Amino acid sequence: MPENTLKKDKPTVEEPAVAVAEAGPAPDKPRSLAADAWADLCRKPLFLLSGLLILFLLLVSAFPGLFSSTDPTAGDLSKHFLTKPELSHVFQPDWFGYDNQGRSIYARVVYGTRVSILVGVGVTVLVTVVGGLMGMLAGYFGGIWDTLLSRITDVFFGIPFILGAMVVLNAFTERTVWTVIGALAFLGWTAIARVMRGAVITARHADYVLAAKALGAGTSRILFRHILPNAIAPVIVVATIQLGVYIVAESTLSYLGLGLGTNEVSWGGDIDTASDHIRNAPHILFFPAGMLSITVLAFIMLGDAVREALDPKLR
Amino acid sequence: MGRYVIRRLLQMIPVFIGSTFLIFVMVYALGDPVAALFGDKAPDPATAARIRHELYLDQPLWKQYLHYMGQIFRGDFGTAFNGQKVTELLAGAYPVTLRLTLVAVVIELLVGITLGVVSGLRRGRSVDTSVLVLTLIVISVPTFVSGYVLQFLFGVKWDLIRPTVSPDAPFSELILPGVVLALVSLAYVTRLTRTSIAENVRADYVRTAVAKGLPRRRIITRHLLRNSLIPVVTFIGTDIGALMGGAIVTEKIFNIHGVGYQIYQGILRNNAPTVVGFVTILVIVFLLANLLVDLLYAVLDPRIRYA
Repeated sequence: MPENTLKKDKPTVEEPAVAVAEAGPAPDKPRSLAADAWADLCRKPLFLLSGLLILFLLLVSAFPGLFSSTDPTAGDLSKHFLTKPELSHVFQPDWFGYDNQGRSIYARVVYGTRVSILVGVGVTVLVTVVGGLMGMLAGYFGGIWDTLLSRITDVFFGIPFILGAMVVLNAFTERTVWTVIGALAFLGWTAIARVMRGAVITARHADYVLAAKALGAGTSRILFRHILPNAIAPVIVVATIQLGVYIVAESTLSYLGLGLGTNEVSWGGDIDTASDHIRNAPHILFFPAGMLSITVLAFIMLGDAVREALDPKLR
Repeated sequence: MGRYVIRRLLQMIPVFIGSTFLIFVMVYALGDPVAALFGDKAPDPATAARIRHELYLDQPLWKQYLHYMGQIFRGDFGTAFNGQKVTELLAGAYPVTLRLTLVAVVIELLVGITLGVVSGLRRGRSVDTSVLVLTLIVISVPTFVSGYVLQFLFGVKWDLIRPTVSPDAPFSELILPGVVLALVSLAYVTRLTRTSIAENVRADYVRTAVAKGLPRRRIITRHLLRNSLIPVVTFIGTDIGALMGGAIVTEKIFNIHGVGYQIYQGILRNNAPTVVGFVTILVIVFLLANLLVDLLYAVLDPRIRYA
């Protein structure tokens, strides 16, 4: 994995927070509500906790070498998984014990972070761009555009998410992170498109849009400078929560053997191996499953906090 | 009402065609069913061409699709590559998954709505906080982890149930798999009910009901709950399709030979007729469940009328 792509991904997770601060969601008092929301967020323990957790996970996925100097793929069969973890050996390779091939579970958990974060962030970015554009076009232009795009959304929505992704991925014999991201985004953009469409329809008839039109603003200017900032709030909320869902989806696919290949380190794949040994070595399951759950939890908590800050009904 | 249903059914047709065509293209264009028939061996070109012709695979994709749809409406879903009729597989698998989904939905509704009402009425108190934390934890533990853990605890360690389900899959054996399948949605139902109840508890009609001196129980069940259920019903409607399709993981863990199992095997073996047949039925179930939800709106909220 090239290091620079990870660096590019890093700020994208921060983006919701920044966008919240800049873009006002409510039509009546845009700036103050946004500032309010941001101030509100900073006081929320839920937001601070999830934010710190996510920053930490980003750090781990960008520089796994900082946390573990062991090769996650190097197996030593003399270190069998029946040797129980030595939790006192903090940061040592045997901290979490060894898996069925004598590979350090700690190293695998650390290196597996990258795939999950990359897929979660990658799918979310793609889905937000594609789904957002579709929703914006359908909501703003209405009429035949709306009918057409909404039906296309319905068509994709009708296909079960995991099943569809499995069919797509099964066609690829060489699966990389990018294939998985593509397959999940291909089927996952519908939720964002629907939310965006709804938000744009509400914003479309606002006075400031009319004023912008009267001043002779072009369509793209109205869409991106006037409507988008006012319709983005619900999209940010859904996107943040969905990020966790995509991480689960990736690990589910890896668990089913249709995600990444066995050469790649991923939590889902490790959980799949661990499930064969749950009776005599539950710790192989515990650590990757725990990390996966904590990661998903962090993004769901972030989504919750953002929603509470942005939704005027809950204030 | 009748006209509304007919209009909705007509609107479903393009979506049905679109979804099935999409899955058809994904299965037939992305994979090569004939190569899959031969497994690891490279097929003899002449034989492969003959099979392609017999299976209608030498035609352009849209013609194949029309041919396939024509056959479906005559009740012929084609033959899986091991010689079994897809209709036989469907008849064997769908009742099992339907039972599993039913168990899951009942658990979701009973437990989810109860927890949601309890926590929504006590918003901000310790009961509410603990329910919220619990739902967060449940949502973040993926099904394939909770499934193995519960199977291990109940089926192996405490020996309370059979760890795997027998081929007949009676209701009694589907309770734990149903719980596993329901868990994540259960948490969502709880949260949706909680938010909705907490919002509506301050509504005028609740105050009126209280002022009339109605018993608390009646206010909650007849007035508050009925008005708060719309988002929950919407969620359950979309969830039924997701549950039936998403049962892959649960069915794999508990060795249930239902829809998810068949589709999983079908995908792994490139068994195109099985995959397309099963997904087609799933799409129909999904569309009908959504229609049912819209009709339920009118039952829950008398202000909604379908002319």
